[in-house]
Amino acid sequence: MLEIILDRFNYIPIIILMMTGLYIVVATGNLVKRLVGLSIFQTSVFLLYISIGKVFGGNPPIIEGGHGGGHGDDAGYPASGHGADAAAGYAAGGEHADEAHADDAHATTDGDAHAATDSGYGDAADHAYDAAGHAAEAVEHIAYSNPLPHVLILTAIVVGVATLAVGLALVVRIREAYGTIEDDALNAADYSLETGSGE
Amino acid sequence: MQIFASLLPAEIAVHAPVLLVAIPLIMSAVAAFMPNGRAGWVISLITAGAVAFLSLVVLGQVAEAGVVSYHLGGWAPPIGIEYRVDALNGMLLLLVGVVGFLCVIYALPSVADEIPKSKQALFYAAFLVCLTGLLGVTITGDAFNVFVFLEISSISTYTIIAMGAGKDRRALTAAYNYLILGTIGATFFVIGVGFLYMATGTLNMADIARILSENGHDRVTQAAFAFIVVGLGLKAAMFPLHMWLPNAYAFAPNFVTAFLASTATKVALYALIRFLFSVFSPEASFVDISLTWVLAVLGVVAMLVASGQATFQTDARRLLAYSSVAQVGYMMLGVGMGTAAGLSAGLLHLMNHALMKGALFMALGIFALRFGIQRVQDLGGLGRSMPASATMFTIAGLSLVGIPLTVGFDSKWYLIVAALERGWWWAVVALIASSLLALVYIGRLLVVIWMESPPSHHGETVARSRAPYLMLVPTAIITFANIYYFFDASFLINLSNAAAEAVMGAR
Repeated sequence: MLEIILDRFNYIPIIILMMTGLYIVVATGNLVKRLVGLSIFQTSVFLLYISIGKVFGGNPPIIEGGHGGGHGDDAGYPASGHGADAAAGYAAGGEHADEAHADDAHATTDGDAHAATDSGYGDAADHAYDAAGHAAEAVEHIAYSNPLPHVLILTAIVVGVATLAVGLALVVRIREAYGTIEDDALNAADYSLETGSGE
Repeated sequence: MQIFASLLPAEIAVHAPVLLVAIPLIMSAVAAFMPNGRAGWVISLITAGAVAFLSLVVLGQVAEAGVVSYHLGGWAPPIGIEYRVDALNGMLLLLVGVVGFLCVIYALPSVADEIPKSKQALFYAAFLVCLTGLLGVTITGDAFNVFVFLEISSISTYTIIAMGAGKDRRALTAAYNYLILGTIGATFFVIGVGFLYMATGTLNMADIARILSENGHDRVTQAAFAFIVVGLGLKAAMFPLHMWLPNAYAFAPNFVTAFLASTATKVALYALIRFLFSVFSPEASFVDISLTWVLAVLGVVAMLVASGQATFQTDARRLLAYSSVAQVGYMMLGVGMGTAAGLSAGLLHLMNHALMKGALFMALGIFALRFGIQRVQDLGGLGRSMPASATMFTIAGLSLVGIPLTVGFDSKWYLIVAALERGWWWAVVALIASSLLALVYIGRLLVVIWMESPPSHHGETVARSRAPYLMLVPTAIITFANIYYFFDASFLINLSNAAAEAVMGAR
């Protein structure tokens, strides 16, 4: 039993907030406090969405290194000149990196006047190989949090803010028209209007 | 129907589903900057006309292709957002488009009378945002998108209801209460969508339906179902979640009441039907049980209780608002039968009710414009002082009761037939009892209108008065539709049959 609850600990504050908010909406007669309750209720739902997007040990959903899609330029590994091109190009895929390794071996066996440039090239290729290896590892082993609920909740927050703004504007107008923002007093004013017993 | 699809050049017609939502949204910003109400009205009229036309085009495409699927930004579903139109929401688009257009024609004199001059352009802007939201809910195939559009339409609805404050300050409290309940409803809906997303990992409604039918249901999806039904039920004024509706309809500007009564609750009910039948399926036992024991039973209770409440109202529009709650009960009963015949009858009643209530609220708006009438007792003698409008009110009222020669008879007939097929004799009894109650409350209005003498001021009876043509013509068109579609019922019946088949036959 305890285990079941602890497994779902993220829902406990959400449920408490949700019930608190809903209770405030029902229980209070003050129009502004009712909007506060409504906001708490909505916020608990935002938390619900955000918490289901969380993956334990998950990283921010930004793909590091190459991801085999030809976006090597985005790899983000610091390199310069020729090396950058090589790293970027070879980071794209494992088999390319293997070729680079072969080139590397070729360069070391040749070892003549071109060695200086070749070894420079080879370093870059080596680097690329490492990068490709990391990238492959990254794609396989790194878990990412799900970004979609966050995006949804950004929209829902905007909706919540708009609702709150309209609600508060209405409260201001009600205050102007009735001179009170207490539910009981409003009902009494409306009732006397309807039954014609004066205001 | 197919002919409408060919009215636009193919390059534009392809984008008709998204234009249907984008045009009113963009034009609302334009309307907000108009210098006066008349210019705002012209913008609204053009927009609503374009929307009505595009809804016909989309319906034509549906008739041709069965299902129109539009991928927003070229991203294919289930990753991208999809606008998906089949016979069911094609029908609703047509309803919102055409009734919205007629309401906008009607709006100019009514709004000029009721809204402060400086606010009129902004009022039209808010109305167009509301129209955008309603069309968006109807057209989208994405569950979260439904929530966003639902709130777009609701938030603008709160503001345009509150604009009735110029005439009666109670519009403010009505709008506030609607805001609280509407937001709770929307939040319940979004909790339900969140649970569905947890269970299926997708937000595309067709995709959710596919995964649910493959994986079956567990407690998470059942909780999602409950939250969605309650949330959308609040928006659709499903008894007993209708507490916001009577005051909101009674104190909103007349044009707003006519528009909302014939579109807003209908769209929310559509969303409910979409979730009940397309996303979930009556084949799942808990859906079937809640159709029978929640929707149908509450529908019957609504028919009786709300009709009973309507008979005791002193405010004419609140009377009709309670009647609306009862009529939503008829639709719930039809939906709750869970059969194609029942759903089709419920949808037919949905369309017909839009025609009746549209005409009734429009006629009341005409009375209010000329004589400032709100209470039932003030309607006295209108049969003599405004014969044309009073006649239209009478026809639409009789249609609401379900007298033969009006569309109201059609849909009640089909509801009774569907109930008998299901063996629900108690539903038939309730239908007839509720119709008798409708006869009582409509009869009460009609007796006052036709039997009592016109009000007299200082010994002189009020002269005959004619409504502006801009109000008279749309009211007459809708009233005429109330009679015409009794004699030529095939159009509406084909639409609702096709709609019922589209959701029931998909499985």
